[in-house]
Amino acid sequence: MTFAQNLLAVLPEVVILTAAALILIVDLFVADERRHVTYWLTQLALLVAACVTLKTMQLDVIKAFHNMIVDDMLADILRMTTFVAVSLMLFYSRSYLVARGLFRGETFVLTLFVLLGIQVIISGNSFLTLYLGVELMSLSLYALVALERERSGPAEASMKYFVLGALASGVLLYGMSMIYGATGSLDIDLVARSVLGGNGNSLLLTFGLVFVVSGVAFKLGVVPYHMWIPDVYDGAPTAITLLIGTAPEFAGFALTLRLLSGALQGMAIDWQGMLIVLSVLSMVLGNIVAIAQSSIKRMLAYSTIAHMGFMLMGFLAADLNGYSAAMFYTVTYVLTSLVSFGLIMVLSRAGFEADRIEDFRGLNQRSPWWAFIMLLVMFSLAGIPPMVGFYAKFTVIEAAINAGFVWLAVLGVVTSLIGAFYYLRIVRLMYFEDPVDRSPLETRRDTRTLLSANGLLLLLLGILPQPLMGICVIALTQSNFL
Amino acid sequence: MMPYLSLAVWVPIVAGLLALAFGRDREPGPVRWIALVGAVAGFLVTVPLYTQFNTTTSAMQFVEMSEWIPRFGIHYHLGVDGISLLFILLNSFITVLVVWAGWEVITTRVSQYMGAFLIQSGLINGVFCALDGILFYFFFEAMLIPMYLIIGVWGGPNRMYAAIKFFLYTLVGSLLTLVALIYLYSVSDSFEILDWFQVPLSLRTQILLFVAFFLAFAVKVPMWPVHTWLPDAHVEAPTGGSVVLAAITLKVGGYGFVRFVLPILPDASRYLAGFVIALSLIAIVYIGFVALVQADMKKLIAYSSISHMGFVTLGFFLFSQLGVEGGLAQMISHGFVSAALFLCVGVMYDRLHSRLIADYGGVVNAMPKFAAFMMLFAMANSGLPATSGFVGEFLVVLASVRVNFWLGFAAATMMILGAAYTLWMYKRVIFGAIANQGVASMPELSRREFWLLGIVALAVLAMGVWPKPFIDVMHISVVDLLAHVAQSKL
Repeated sequence: MTFAQNLLAVLPEVVILTAAALILIVDLFVADERRHVTYWLTQLALLVAACVTLKTMQLDVIKAFHNMIVDDMLADILRMTTFVAVSLMLFYSRSYLVARGLFRGETFVLTLFVLLGIQVIISGNSFLTLYLGVELMSLSLYALVALERERSGPAEASMKYFVLGALASGVLLYGMSMIYGATGSLDIDLVARSVLGGNGNSLLLTFGLVFVVSGVAFKLGVVPYHMWIPDVYDGAPTAITLLIGTAPEFAGFALTLRLLSGALQGMAIDWQGMLIVLSVLSMVLGNIVAIAQSSIKRMLAYSTIAHMGFMLMGFLAADLNGYSAAMFYTVTYVLTSLVSFGLIMVLSRAGFEADRIEDFRGLNQRSPWWAFIMLLVMFSLAGIPPMVGFYAKFTVIEAAINAGFVWLAVLGVVTSLIGAFYYLRIVRLMYFEDPVDRSPLETRRDTRTLLSANGLLLLLLGILPQPLMGICVIALTQSNFL
Repeated sequence: MMPYLSLAVWVPIVAGLLALAFGRDREPGPVRWIALVGAVAGFLVTVPLYTQFNTTTSAMQFVEMSEWIPRFGIHYHLGVDGISLLFILLNSFITVLVVWAGWEVITTRVSQYMGAFLIQSGLINGVFCALDGILFYFFFEAMLIPMYLIIGVWGGPNRMYAAIKFFLYTLVGSLLTLVALIYLYSVSDSFEILDWFQVPLSLRTQILLFVAFFLAFAVKVPMWPVHTWLPDAHVEAPTGGSVVLAAITLKVGGYGFVRFVLPILPDASRYLAGFVIALSLIAIVYIGFVALVQADMKKLIAYSSISHMGFVTLGFFLFSQLGVEGGLAQMISHGFVSAALFLCVGVMYDRLHSRLIADYGGVVNAMPKFAAFMMLFAMANSGLPATSGFVGEFLVVLASVRVNFWLGFAAATMMILGAAYTLWMYKRVIFGAIANQGVASMPELSRREFWLLGIVALAVLAMGVWPKPFIDVMHISVVDLLAHVAQSKL
């Protein structure tokens, strides 16, 4: 394989890295009032990277840089969804960032580095590549959380995130090193072959697996590795919360898939049991604790924990059905999160964070349209048709039942019933009560258009879910995940 | 052929969306007309379903089928048989009434009110004609959203509690149903309801599935002891909401029993029939007594609905032609009668803003025409011959006497209790001397209200005097249903 062919496999990453470096320099020469130049450059970089991805998309699996990198359909699809998520995040948070003095080059560059980290994870085919991606993504995120220096909340959140995140990275690396010890390789394909062939010390492998699963669980934020989620979601500026809650979910999914299914499918029996525990705990604890929250960001944080638990329920079926269900779930969940955090920023103003649940009171009278969009989000999260959240739930339950976990499916729906309670509470506040704060909601036109389209997409995908489901299946089958 | 069923589903929904899009709350006139035209159009497209219906076959008619989610073999598959046809007509008819009933009464957020009712109407039609399990579930759950908003936004003082209770109760049952549907898919590799009629299932599996389905439909019906959401929802909902809840939403539960539980799980149904019959009798007798002591008119009618629906489930689980037809006839009749009674209470509530029986008395002196209408509906609720209420109750009692005399005896107490609580309420509210200043100043029915009640009165009388057209439509389909029930799937 020539160097050019190798580069072709990582061309989107090259674009993003170049853009990040370029924007960092350009930003030095841009005055504060003309900061939108670098903002649009960032958006342009995302667009170019998306076009490059589309252009180089092909059905074959390509291994580049001595099997360190894999460029398959899964990587391409997840790259595209990540670009969309990051771009929308920037659109939605523009006014919010401006009002808080965060509309700066650092924000854009760090966001691009987060994106780069995610891309590396998505196309990683070696334990080391995956680990590097995780570190790049996490370190950039720690910095982004702390970027708002005037308030103490973000600094505290960043510190917690960093300490726990570093610990988790260590755990992940430790697990990887054990598996390396047992199989003698860091290459996912070789590890997979070795595990399937029954070579290697099985005790060492199992220990390694435990640590790997723990590390992955931390990145996904499932119980009992969830502690950072509520604090970071709540403490970070909402724009950054939006970033943390969306694009990195794709990284979490890809990491889980590449490690557990790609490398350790031969130990599926072992990790299925671990994932069952994580999934059950997350669904139960996430949904119950969310009820008690008065901050909407905290509530959504616990809801994320519960949803990731639900996603794992599909994943642990350990077959194509399960992986495609988990992927569909992740994509729709990110689409939904984009709208919910986007709306929190719509409600926020300079010097005012609309981060209490109470701030949604009487929204239907202030703005029937935004109330309607939030209604779509809440019913989608609760999994009520005709919103797309229903199919996410449906595919996961189908996968679980198909794999013989009927009891788990029943438990899942029971916990989602608990979840419905707090989602309905938001609807109640918006529709049944009168507003306290009647100040008009002002939004930029591009934010308004995109946020509305994003919200309506939840309904549209709920009526016609087949295309997205089809894409998930194609991405996984073409990438040889069973 | 025109896709009448799709029209029945989508015409109201599109009309509802139009009402939402073009409604101006400052100027509610146009939106009312959009809603009325939409509702009437929605009713008109269902008329050919009846006129072109073939009563000599039990096969599904007006079938529409196209791929929807090929990934799981889910189809957009609509069709009606003699069992579901009447519910679609009833629902579209009631929708017109509801829009008209809210004409001048609703003054806040009119477009959202009309939009919610119309969208709900389309979704309910979807429930009754969906022949794909997931399509059914799609409509079945989606219809909760408009009703949740209707109760919560335009309801009474305790509306938030009632709305969330309504939603969560219904969700408890329906979520397990989703698991049951997917389980059926995993054993049959199809989401077609008609395919599921043929799938062999062990008794243990059938019983588990029965529990899942039963929870959903028993909550909807509602059966004792999962009925407690209904009085709250009824009392707090605006008049239109109560009408739709009583006349249509409850029927979805009954329909679920005959569409899913009986034919798909025949052995479990026969195995657990005694249990369901016992619950039905408790509903009939115990809830009848509960209705007797209510001080709030809406609550009284709500309990009366539970008691009447007990008759329906009783009829179904006798597994005889008379019983099932009686149950279905009872549902249609109750659709008219309960709607009418809630409209009557609404008429009084609009004048005096009270639902308490004690606040009324001697209404006949102020509103003689109204008193006459309400008399008819009260009689129909008590099951008087020549009203629609008589048909279903008579058939079910007849069917139960054939099984066991004492069963029939217990069921027949319903007719006594029903007469007791309905007529006693009627006496206290309508007859006697004028109770207070407020009652004396109640204006007689407006022309709108007169025609509203008049149309329902005609329907009640027509079905009571000549029930044959109603029963004929369902006859063959019920024969077919009972053939499925009789055939063991073990």
